[in-house]
Amino acid sequence: MAQNELLPRGATADQSDAFTGSVAAAGRKRTPRARRPALTIAAMIVLGIMLIAAAVGHWIAPYDPALQNVGLGPTGPSAAHWLGTDDLGRDVLSRLLEGAHTALIAPVLIAVGTTVLGTTLGLLAGYRQGWLDTMLMRLTDLMFALPGLLVLIVVVGVAGGGYAISVITLIILGAPSDIRMVRSVTMSQRELAYVDAARTLGIPARRIMFRHVLPNLAPTVVANLLLSFVFALVALAGLSFLGIGLPAGTPDWGLMIQENRGILDINPWAAIAPALLITITACAATLLGDSIYERLDAGKGFSE
Amino acid sequence: MVVVKLVARRLIAAVLLLLVLSLLTYALLALSPGGPERALLGDRPATPETIAAIRAQFLLDEPFPVRYWHWLSQALTGDFGTSITVRQPVISMLSERVNVTVTLALLAAVVTLAVGIPAGLAAGIRRGGRLDRSITLVSLVFLSFPPFAIALVLLYGFAIQLRWFPVYGTGDLSHYVLPAIALALGPAAVLTRHTRAAALQVGEQDYITFARARGLSRFGIWESYLLRNSALPVLTIAGLIIAGYLTGAVFVEQAFSLPGLGSLLVQSVTQKDIPVVQALVLLSGVVVIVANLLVDVAYVIVNPQIRQGRA
Repeated sequence: MAQNELLPRGATADQSDAFTGSVAAAGRKRTPRARRPALTIAAMIVLGIMLIAAAVGHWIAPYDPALQNVGLGPTGPSAAHWLGTDDLGRDVLSRLLEGAHTALIAPVLIAVGTTVLGTTLGLLAGYRQGWLDTMLMRLTDLMFALPGLLVLIVVVGVAGGGYAISVITLIILGAPSDIRMVRSVTMSQRELAYVDAARTLGIPARRIMFRHVLPNLAPTVVANLLLSFVFALVALAGLSFLGIGLPAGTPDWGLMIQENRGILDINPWAAIAPALLITITACAATLLGDSIYERLDAGKGFSE
Repeated sequence: MVVVKLVARRLIAAVLLLLVLSLLTYALLALSPGGPERALLGDRPATPETIAAIRAQFLLDEPFPVRYWHWLSQALTGDFGTSITVRQPVISMLSERVNVTVTLALLAAVVTLAVGIPAGLAAGIRRGGRLDRSITLVSLVFLSFPPFAIALVLLYGFAIQLRWFPVYGTGDLSHYVLPAIALALGPAAVLTRHTRAAALQVGEQDYITFARARGLSRFGIWESYLLRNSALPVLTIAGLIIAGYLTGAVFVEQAFSLPGLGSLLVQSVTQKDIPVVQALVLLSGVVVIVANLLVDVAYVIVNPQIRQGRA
């Protein structure tokens, strides 16, 4: 069945049964099917542009992002400064391009870390079950009960900021939902014939988990990677918006929003452009992650 | 009987969770740079006498369980000590600011419900249609739109360009409109998606088809079947949404310069005012845990399947 449901993460399991789904599909023109790839492609293009900006932004910036021109002060967009200047006369476009690097690299790092940790633990818990599973589930219950971003603000703030502590905290905060997702998919894979066959052949459990089951989790893992990226991007931008974690003056998107919100009436772009960039990047990654989940859901309906 | 058992189990879990949380909160003191004496001294001069006084006052020479119990029993009576920066009892600082945050959250809850439920139902009923696709896409955008970014766009559009609302600060209710919207849109998107999923599931039930066949009006079906049966799945995310307000309030209050608990947290975290941070962390944890407990209990009571011992 081909269901194009955009659902909250992990909420796809309780969806409709195949029968009514296919009746609905036959009875109506499936315009969403044709529309979805266009959006997905747009999301990929946006992410691609952002990654390129992160890679080469430093070299294509028209000005030195730290170059001050206090005499000029904050100005609106002009031919010399496409997105205007900030309070200290620094070029906003250059700071955005320079900031793309810090804005994207750390979230990528966190997303990879979260996914590796979450996938490994989820796979172990789902395949082996037993005490490890019970313990991990209690732990994730505990972490779900705490407001993650508050924990982040407090831990990073009290520990006195720093890149490493933000990254580690975010990896730990992001892992529980990955563990849950991977665990539940592993548990359904575990019941399939190929796992039984591998077990009968005497293949060691670790090999079955990482060589046989893991490849079948690929869509889940990729989707988790994207959603962890979004979480980290927004969380880090939020931290620097609050003035926690980074020294003042760093060309960082979150910090730019904070520093330039006082000149909204003179050069709104100085604060709104970074806010929109964060949002657009987050949207694109969410969209892509969602479309992978959807395909996953459709595929699951088919194989069952 | 089943209900009592389930509620009791949830209650025990909530109490355990609160204990773990209070332990973590107390551990913040040890985590703070310079050690607990430094954190508790603040900017007072660190003569050996004052350090000894602090160590005695906070039982720092006692073993950890004794210290923790001392702190917890005081916290339970509402005594979180004195702020290091303002030299004011923490509890009075909280009570001065709690109104702002509660007003903000209540207004946001109204907006969330007023937007999320109708949008979700409309999308779920016209599944696959243009309206459904637009609502789904818009909700996806707001799902990834951080509250501080929304705040900024609202500030620029409605306070600076249109001048409909004041820019910063507190006062009458008009100061809360933009912050409440900024706080509400993310949770509203979550609610929309859950309501839509619930409406889809309910809409596929035989009794809806039968109600249609009987010639019940669309509105009648909505009112007596869809709304009521979609309520249960929606109830389950209430805890998530309340947690969303708590974190969102930190960013929104900061963006609009509202003197609430959220901006107090940012201020005390940056100034390393540990007693204030501890009180706020414990308070927000209590709010989330109690909210989840109430949701769980309500779910058990409302759901006839659980009530009758099935499922």
